[in-house]
Amino acid sequence: MSNGIAPAITDLEQLKGHPALAKLLPWKQTAVVGAKFDRGELSVEIDRTYIREACSVLQPDFNFLSDLTCVDWFPSEPRFQVTYNLLSHKLKERVRLKVMLPGDDPVAESIMPVWPSANFFEREIFDLFGVRFLGHPNLRRIMMPEDWEGHPLRKDYPVEGYR
Amino acid sequence: MAHLSNTASAEFTQDRTMILNMGPQHPSTHGVLRLLLEIDGERVVRMVPDIGFLHTGIEKTCEAKFYQQVVTLTDRIDYLCPMTNNLCYVLAVEKLLQLEIPERAVFIRVMLNELTRIASHLVWLGTHALDMGAMSVFLYCFREREDILRIFEMVSGQRMMTSYFRIGGLSLEPPLDFYGKVRDFVKLFPERIDEYENLLTSNRIWVDRTKGVARLSAEDCISLGVTGPALRASGVDWDLRRDMPYCGYDKFQFKVPVSNDGDVYARYLLRIQELRESISMVKQALDGLPDGPIKAEAPKVVLPDREKMKTQMEALIYHFKIVTEGFSVPAGEVYQAIESPRGEMGYYVVSDGTPKPYRVHMRSPSYANLQALEKMCVGRLLADVVAAIGSIDIVLGEIDR
Repeated sequence: MSNGIAPAITDLEQLKGHPALAKLLPWKQTAVVGAKFDRGELSVEIDRTYIREACSVLQPDFNFLSDLTCVDWFPSEPRFQVTYNLLSHKLKERVRLKVMLPGDDPVAESIMPVWPSANFFEREIFDLFGVRFLGHPNLRRIMMPEDWEGHPLRKDYPVEGYR
Repeated sequence: MAHLSNTASAEFTQDRTMILNMGPQHPSTHGVLRLLLEIDGERVVRMVPDIGFLHTGIEKTCEAKFYQQVVTLTDRIDYLCPMTNNLCYVLAVEKLLQLEIPERAVFIRVMLNELTRIASHLVWLGTHALDMGAMSVFLYCFREREDILRIFEMVSGQRMMTSYFRIGGLSLEPPLDFYGKVRDFVKLFPERIDEYENLLTSNRIWVDRTKGVARLSAEDCISLGVTGPALRASGVDWDLRRDMPYCGYDKFQFKVPVSNDGDVYARYLLRIQELRESISMVKQALDGLPDGPIKAEAPKVVLPDREKMKTQMEALIYHFKIVTEGFSVPAGEVYQAIESPRGEMGYYVVSDGTPKPYRVHMRSPSYANLQALEKMCVGRLLADVVAAIGSIDIVLGEIDR
């Protein structure tokens, strides 16, 4: 490639040795939609129905939820990509889980039963993207005022706001 | 407090308790943090933090700027350690570009980053002690912080919003007397740490206010997402600088202090030890500073030197193109985490191949650490809330972004 960046590996066969995939693939092959190893980081796309279970399968190894955020791929579908960055203190390794959610029904299962630290992160995503998390005990706005209309980090929300 | 463990809503119904509103303009909340406290006499029964008063939409603004322009925004999220934020963002974009950074720039980055850690810890120590009634520590700490800010001003022209690190290296070669000033500071600072310790470490009032207060167990820390000194004070031996080295930290020798007490006093001692480790790292960076360029060899990304622009046509063209159109970054996504003074600072940057980042997310340590506050305070006295807030060292600019 001209830009000097090694091409990403997307072949599951080559990647199955990674500790995260070594856990996920024997557990449920169908839960893993795809995987990508790019710039030294592994991302695994998980089927939306299995995300909480996938997290609890990984939790013994990847014990720490580093980050939880969302990307809006408007106008393409599925629109929302919820990203979970997990960290293993034991293996000194990271893995990124992704869940794609359709724009007309952006709902994912909350992972608060696995990591209570997801609380604020999920509230932030709900507030700024409008993605809902099933089973979250207190899904209210956290950054914006309670009566705010719209979700500012969506791509169809203007940077200057509505005037 | 099992019957009150449900934090689902802020509606308080119990008759014998009262609601106390703390903040948003309370001096000990270190910014604009509002806490809703349900108290039974002087005991905290429940606590609900209310944040968002400083929300400025920095993540949204990042999406509308060129990659190099975002550097100046990152200063402003955690205004006490601007260099750390610069470094984290710059490393993330360099990872996206797969850029190699010259050794000299790496060493200067580590040096300034550790000075930032010292400056940030000094603000923490000063304000934390001030909250608990020890006025003089604040004056001592800010005296040394001033020295560091002068050093920052020398390299970047700014005391706080430095924006000194650039994608691909540093913005300028530091001025010549910079190294002398840093060396003076390295010589002077260890005895200044002794001064702070003389004031506090065995001070009866300080120990009474902090020992055994706001305990957190290692399991709680991990499940609540706590990182940084608060995590290490609870017995988890984890420091990203040592365990997942970035930016040349593997070339430095340092100890990672760990304590098993998990209380405010342990966090205090641990940060004091970190000050000593940081100053030794600054010294190592000074002693081992290699010669060479401070910018990577990537004309399409790094602005050319002023001298080159006056003599070389290509340099002038590249300069014009970078400034007017930015540079495009190959599509992809990275998560880069570094050990900031407060914990794991992470930048999640998504590129779609255009000159503007598609998405920039900041994983700010204070945001996650704040979640542990309730666990620390419930069942304890109201006065301990102030000690607990101080001990996790939150910065509200970073929480709200």
